[in-house]
Amino acid sequence: MSLITTPNFYKTGKRYFRDFSPNDDFYEMLIDTHRDLSDEQSNMVNAKLILLLANHIGDMDVLAEALAAAREDL
Amino acid sequence: MLKTYSYPKFDFRLPTGAGGTKVPRYPAVVVGAGPVGMAAAIDLAQQGVPVVILDDDDTVSVGSRGVCYAKRALEVLDRLGVGDAVVEKGVSWNVGRTFFQQEEVYNFNLKPNADQKRPGMINLQQYYLEEYEIDRLKAFDNVELCWKNKVVGVEPEDDKVVVKVQTPDGFYTLETDWLIVADGARSPIRSMLHLDIDGKIFMDRFLIADVVMEAEFPPERWFWFDPPFHPGQSVLLHRQSDKCWRIDFQLGWQADPEEEKKPENVIPRIKAMLGDDRPFELEWVSVYTFQCRRMNEFRHGRVFFVGDCAHQVSPFGARGANSGIQDTDNLIWKLKLVMDGKAPPSLLDTYSAERTWGADENLMNSTRSTDFITPKSKTSLTFRNATLGLARKHAFARALVNSGRLSVPCFYNESSLNTPDRDAFSGDMVPGAPMDDASITVAGEDGWLLDHVGNKFIALVYAPDEAPSGAAELAGLPIPVTTIAVVPAGAKAPQGMVAFEDVRGTFAKTYDAKPGSTWLLRPDQHVTARWRSFDAAAIRAALARATCNA
Ligand SMILES: Cc1cc2nc3c(=O)[nH]c(=O)nc-3n(C[C@H](O)[C@H](O)[C@H](O)COP(=O)(O)OP(=O)(O)OC[C@H]3O[C@@H](n4cnc5c(N)ncnc54)[C@H](O)[C@@H]3O)c2cc1C
Repeated sequence: MSLITTPNFYKTGKRYFRDFSPNDDFYEMLIDTHRDLSDEQSNMVNAKLILLLANHIGDMDVLAEALAAAREDL
Repeated sequence: MLKTYSYPKFDFRLPTGAGGTKVPRYPAVVVGAGPVGMAAAIDLAQQGVPVVILDDDDTVSVGSRGVCYAKRALEVLDRLGVGDAVVEKGVSWNVGRTFFQQEEVYNFNLKPNADQKRPGMINLQQYYLEEYEIDRLKAFDNVELCWKNKVVGVEPEDDKVVVKVQTPDGFYTLETDWLIVADGARSPIRSMLHLDIDGKIFMDRFLIADVVMEAEFPPERWFWFDPPFHPGQSVLLHRQSDKCWRIDFQLGWQADPEEEKKPENVIPRIKAMLGDDRPFELEWVSVYTFQCRRMNEFRHGRVFFVGDCAHQVSPFGARGANSGIQDTDNLIWKLKLVMDGKAPPSLLDTYSAERTWGADENLMNSTRSTDFITPKSKTSLTFRNATLGLARKHAFARALVNSGRLSVPCFYNESSLNTPDRDAFSGDMVPGAPMDDASITVAGEDGWLLDHVGNKFIALVYAPDEAPSGAAELAGLPIPVTTIAVVPAGAKAPQGMVAFEDVRGTFAKTYDAKPGSTWLLRPDQHVTARWRSFDAAAIRAALARATCNA
C-alpha cells in the first residue's frame, strides 16, 4: 500500500450530494478541535493527533512517504 | 452617477383603492421590490393572483452588490420568464481558478455535465436583474408595483394582516390576506413584529471596486490567497457585463473603511493587481462587512419572510439572492394551493421547514468558506497555508481548498412532503432533489426538460409500452397531475401521450430510468416520489402527501 493522496474522506452510512461536502466536513471538525486553544495547546493537540493517526496507519512505508511529503517545499 | 449604467426613476403611485375612506383589501401584498420580492410577485401574477408590491425607494439596487447568479436561480428565472434577458446580458462562466501566492493551485468546473440549458453561473450587476424583473412585471395587468410606499406598521390578525403605509402623500392603511415580506437584511418588518434573527458577525472588511477596462482575461472566477500584489489577504476578480470588472479585496478588521474608499488608496491597489499601465476607470467603491444568521421560522401566520430578511450569508459562494429566489420558488405554489382551498394551511409550514433547512446548508457552506478564507487563529492559518501548499501536488489537498463553494440548490431529502422510496434507484434524483436538466425533443422541437416541467404536478413515465391506466383520472383531480412520457431517442410514445424524447440519453442516465419508472414532480421542479412502475393509486397518495392532504 502506498500513501493515498486522492480525496478520501467519507462517513459510513452518510450520503453526500456534493463532492465538496465530506472534505469540508472534515476540515470543519479539524478547525473546531482547535477552537479557543492557545497556540501552545494547539501545537500539543497537533502532535498528539499525528501520533494517534500514525499508530492507526501503522505501515512504516506509508508513514515514511507522508513524512517526506510533509517536509517538501518548506 | 455610473458611467455604464443610469438608474431609472420610478413614479410614486398608490395601489388601486388605497388612500380613500375605505380600507382596501388585497389577496397578496409583497413588501420590497428587490430581486426576491419581485420573483415572488411574478410567480403569483403568473398563477393569476393579483399582487400589490410596496417599496420605499424609487429605483433599482444602487451600487455593486449581487454579481453571481447560479444555475438553479436561472432555472427559476426561466420559469418566471426572466431567464433569457438575464443570461443574454450576463457573462456566463463555469470555471473558477484559485491561486496561492504566484501559482494556480486548484480549479473547478461548475458544470461537468454539459447537457443542461444554463451555465453554472452568470455574472451580472444586480440592478440589471431587478430591471428585467420590473420589465417582466409590466407584462401582467394584475400587478401593481408601488414605489415610494414605505411600510411603517404591520398587525397580523387571524384572518388578515393590517398594514400601515407612508407615502409622499401621507399615510394609508390596507388589509391583505397574505403578506410576503422581502424587505432585505435590515428588515424593518422583522423588528416591527419583534422577531429575532440569530447568528454571528465576521470580523473582517472587504473593499469592493467596480472597474471599467479593456481586459482579455477569460470569463472565469479568479481567487487569490496571499497574492504578491495584496500580501496576506485574499482577492477575488469577476467579469461583469459592460466591461465592468468587480474586484473584492480583503482588508482585515483593522482597516478604516473611509480611508480605504478614497480613490487615492483604491487606485494603487488595482494598479498593483493589474501589473501594467492599462487604463481603467473606477465605477464604484464600497467597503462591506457581513453576517451569517437566520430567523427561526420563516412563516408567522399569514406573514412570510423571504430572502435577506429571513437569512443572511457571507458573500463567498453567492448565496444571497440565489437562495432568496429559491425561497419564493418553494413558497408560491404552496400559497396558491392554500388560497384556492386545495391544501390546508399546514402546507405553508413546510415552506419554513424546507427553506430553513436550505438556509442552514447555505449558512454552513458560506461559514466554512469564510473560515478558510479568513482564518481566525494562528493554527487555522497554518492549516490553511499547509492545505494550499500541499494542493500544488496532491489531489486530496486541492479538494480541501475552499475559496467559496458556489451556490447550488439544497436537496429537501428529509422533507415530510416526500414519499420515501419503496423501490431501488441509483443516482441523485431522490425524493426531494432539485431536478437535473437534460436536453429533450418535444414534438420534433429541441428543448430542455426544465422548460417543460414546473408550475404544476407532473408524473413522468419512462418508456411506457402503453398509455398508463389511471392517467386520465389523475388529470381530473382537484390538484391535477399531468402524465407525460419520456422516451429513448428515436422511440415513440403510446397513442395520445405527450412525449419528451431523451435525445442524448441524459435523462435515462441521471434519473436511473428503466421502462415503467415514474417520477412525481412538484411545481417547483423537485422530485417528490418515484417508483419502478406507474401506479395511479401510489401517485394519488404521494400527491396528497406532497400537499399536506394526506
Ligand atoms: C457585496 C455583496 C455581494 C453580493 N453578491 C451576491 C452574489 O454574487 N449573488 C447573490 O445571489 N447575492 C449576492 N449578494 C446578496 C444580494 O445582494 C442579496 O441577497 C439580495 O439583494 C437580497 O434580495 P432581497 O430582495 O431579499 O432584499 P433587498 O435586495 O435588500 O431588497 C429589499 C427591498 O425592500 C425595500 N424595503 C425595505 N424596507 C421597506 C419598507 N419598510 N417598506 C417598503 N419597502 C422596503 C428596500 O428598498 C429594497 O428595495 C451580495 C451582497 C453584497 C452586499
